[in-house]
Amino acid sequence: MTSLHTLRRKAVNAVMLSLTGLCTFAAAGTLVFILGYLFVHGAKDLSLDFFTKLPTPVGETGGGMANAIVGSAKLLLIAMLVGVPIGFLGGVYLAEFGGATFSFLVRYVTDLLNGVPSIVIGIFAYTLIVLPQKHFSTIAGGLALGVMMIPIAVRSTEEFLRAVPASLREGAMALGASRTKSILTVVIPAAKNGIMTGIMLNLARVAGETAPLLFTSFSNRFWSPGWEQPTAALPVMIFTYAISPYEDWHQQAWAAGFVLLMLVLSVNIIARLLLAKRKHVAR
Amino acid sequence: MQASAPKSQMELTMPTPTNSSALGASEGTSASTIKLSATDLNFHYGSFQALHGISMKIYANRVTAFIGPSGCGKSTFLRTLNRLNEAVRNTRVDGTVLLDGQDIHDIEVSELRRRVGMVFQRSNPFPKSIFENVAYGLRINGMASNRARLREAVEQSLRRAALWDEVKDKLNQSAYGLSGGQQQRLCIARALAVNPEVLLLDEPCSALDPIATAKIEDLIFQLKDSCTIVIVTHNMQQAARVADFTGFFLLGRLIEFDGTTVIFKNPAKKETEDYVTGRFG
Amino acid sequence: MAATSTPLAGSGPSRSARSFIERLRSGDQVAHAITLAAAASILLLTGLLVYELFIHSSETRAKFGWSFLFTQTWDPVADEYGALPFIYGTLVSSALALLIGIPLGVGAAIFLAELAPPKISDALTFLIELLAAVPSVIYGLLGIFVLVPLLRIVEPAIRSVLGWTPLFQGPFYGVSLFSAGVVLSVMIVPFIISISREVIRAVPADQREAALALGATRWEATWDVVIPYAKSGILGSIFLALARSLGETMAVTMVIGNDPKIKASLFAPGYSIAAVIANEFTEATGDIYTSALIELGLVLFGLTIVINALARALVATGNRGGNA
Repeated sequence: MTSLHTLRRKAVNAVMLSLTGLCTFAAAGTLVFILGYLFVHGAKDLSLDFFTKLPTPVGETGGGMANAIVGSAKLLLIAMLVGVPIGFLGGVYLAEFGGATFSFLVRYVTDLLNGVPSIVIGIFAYTLIVLPQKHFSTIAGGLALGVMMIPIAVRSTEEFLRAVPASLREGAMALGASRTKSILTVVIPAAKNGIMTGIMLNLARVAGETAPLLFTSFSNRFWSPGWEQPTAALPVMIFTYAISPYEDWHQQAWAAGFVLLMLVLSVNIIARLLLAKRKHVAR
Repeated sequence: MQASAPKSQMELTMPTPTNSSALGASEGTSASTIKLSATDLNFHYGSFQALHGISMKIYANRVTAFIGPSGCGKSTFLRTLNRLNEAVRNTRVDGTVLLDGQDIHDIEVSELRRRVGMVFQRSNPFPKSIFENVAYGLRINGMASNRARLREAVEQSLRRAALWDEVKDKLNQSAYGLSGGQQQRLCIARALAVNPEVLLLDEPCSALDPIATAKIEDLIFQLKDSCTIVIVTHNMQQAARVADFTGFFLLGRLIEFDGTTVIFKNPAKKETEDYVTGRFG
Repeated sequence: MAATSTPLAGSGPSRSARSFIERLRSGDQVAHAITLAAAASILLLTGLLVYELFIHSSETRAKFGWSFLFTQTWDPVADEYGALPFIYGTLVSSALALLIGIPLGVGAAIFLAELAPPKISDALTFLIELLAAVPSVIYGLLGIFVLVPLLRIVEPAIRSVLGWTPLFQGPFYGVSLFSAGVVLSVMIVPFIISISREVIRAVPADQREAALALGATRWEATWDVVIPYAKSGILGSIFLALARSLGETMAVTMVIGNDPKIKASLFAPGYSIAAVIANEFTEATGDIYTSALIELGLVLFGLTIVINALARALVATGNRGGNA
């Protein structure tokens, strides 16, 4: 009751509230710092060569990471072919067809798969493809990334389909459309934009994955012809170059880091702005 | 934000024309002192004006009820009396509210809220034990110097809220184990623990069954000896049963304020009559 | 349903047969089957993952049994494998990450949910959620070239304050368990913030108001009432963050020091499960070596699955609302 008591409470109030503000600005400031630092250190070594030339051997300056950029694109293509159909159809099942028990199981296992560390997914692709074939390959790396895409593809598809108002569905069915027809012609088109942005975000996420590629697609100093050979990928190059002892490789790592970060963040920003009307983004 | 009216004004200013007629006379309250007095109170949510020039006197140790259709501003007005509306973003209040003659904006806000307690529409016990719910206000306000005093104060509050006998054996259990009516009485006990001079009740029975409602109404009768009570209700019979004074709100304006019997039997305004006779609409 | 076109008087069997054919024709049955197959394949895939990890680690499981988890030797030359140093490094670096990350994350979540005006809160949350999208190899890059040099500078200061404890003794090379914990904390803060903010926002306004109406200050209302109300959801976000940090590979690999020894000091280099798999898998010659690494993968899998399941259960109860 004393004023001293009140004074102390007010002081605690002010101090703690300011501290929470400080925490927030520290967290948000980290992003600004990361962006700024990569821009300063990465952008300056970026030239056209980076996008068009192969890496040079140690000691020779210059060169680029053209093979890694193409390699990443090939890996993402396979990942999409693996992850999107399964994830999308699984999501349609959960949103439109699923019964209670089996759907619960599917959701539970999907969440479980989403929580599996990426390095473990790498082991999985290794035992499944690399081990029997006895060589590293683009396909194995793509499969690993594809498996990583599945859980989020399922959950975001389900979420966007569920967001389609029941009245639209019922409207189509009232006109005599079968369930499938109403899903194909009304529900999915209505959810299309959301699902597509979900896939973009999903791709951006696996585009930065390194761990599952280390012993699946491995790496390659040269162009990787076809799909059966090991290939370079941008994130793996960043890792290899960063832990190397060579100064000019470090510079290349910064440049590659800058490119990767710009790609991932711009996709994220665009997708999140497109989804801004919806409150929640599946993680 | 604050007001312009000098404090001395409040003793003299006579109510707006609506409540001039035999203020309180019908209830025999002429001797009562004024506990709270609002003068020309306006309230805005963003660009929407929710209250228009409300002036009213609330008498000590009496029950004052606010009635009116949903959205008429009765709850908003109630929440200006303990400055709880300030916790809502983008709001603005002007006009004066005096508590015992002192502007409530001159009282330190936590002190004001200790003196003017509040019970909400939905019972909202904290996710703590029954004991800790009641003890919370005592603890933060530094009102219990030791464990024994705290226990004593908690027991006394629970007794005042007519809940002690039902919960004395399970004080350490979660408050969520109680029935709806018990939870609401627990919230009343929680508010009473810090010895408020005024108790604001915001539709306290709207979620309760008739038996639980009757218990709360009994409680209101008992509490008025020690507290000034202001109750918002959508239930006109309830206002008629418990209140000494009643104010009728419509579209953010106080249409009429008078003794409860006057409001229900012989209202001065057409709108009031239409509302209390059920012809409103 | 499609069966409505059949007269009600129709006998049971023929009616259901008709409706089946109709549904088949309209594609409902086919669509159901296709999507069901996709959903089932997720279960199969996950089952296969567990099976593969299990089968390919059979050699070490047979050779070392449970002692694999409790021995400290990691000697590929002598084919002696024990997982303890990696389990230790994984748990300690993650614990450190939580120690730093929880106050920061929950503090920021409180600010964003309770104090900041909605527009500013949304903008800051947007920035913070972008942090979660930054690839971990980028965190590793910054870890090696920014954090490690920085820690070398502040290390004497930390040592002068905390050097008396065994946790901060011995030489400091820059790469260490401590560095790994710091990098991880930066990586998990966005997760804690974005989930905790949501659960704090979901606390009913009348809880907060009840506390304020008793004379509580803003902080008291938040700390005594809102946070306890939201605690299971916040705890869930912390467990989710923990699962992330346990399985985090690249950033940790780049700064932890990669030394399979258990040392009391956080300043000493260490090793984590994910890091040893990343570093040694391609060099693993011999089946037992590979099998040991895959068994480590199995251990990591088990660890994260348990933590994740706990997290999801907690977030789910948190969303259901109040519980004392």
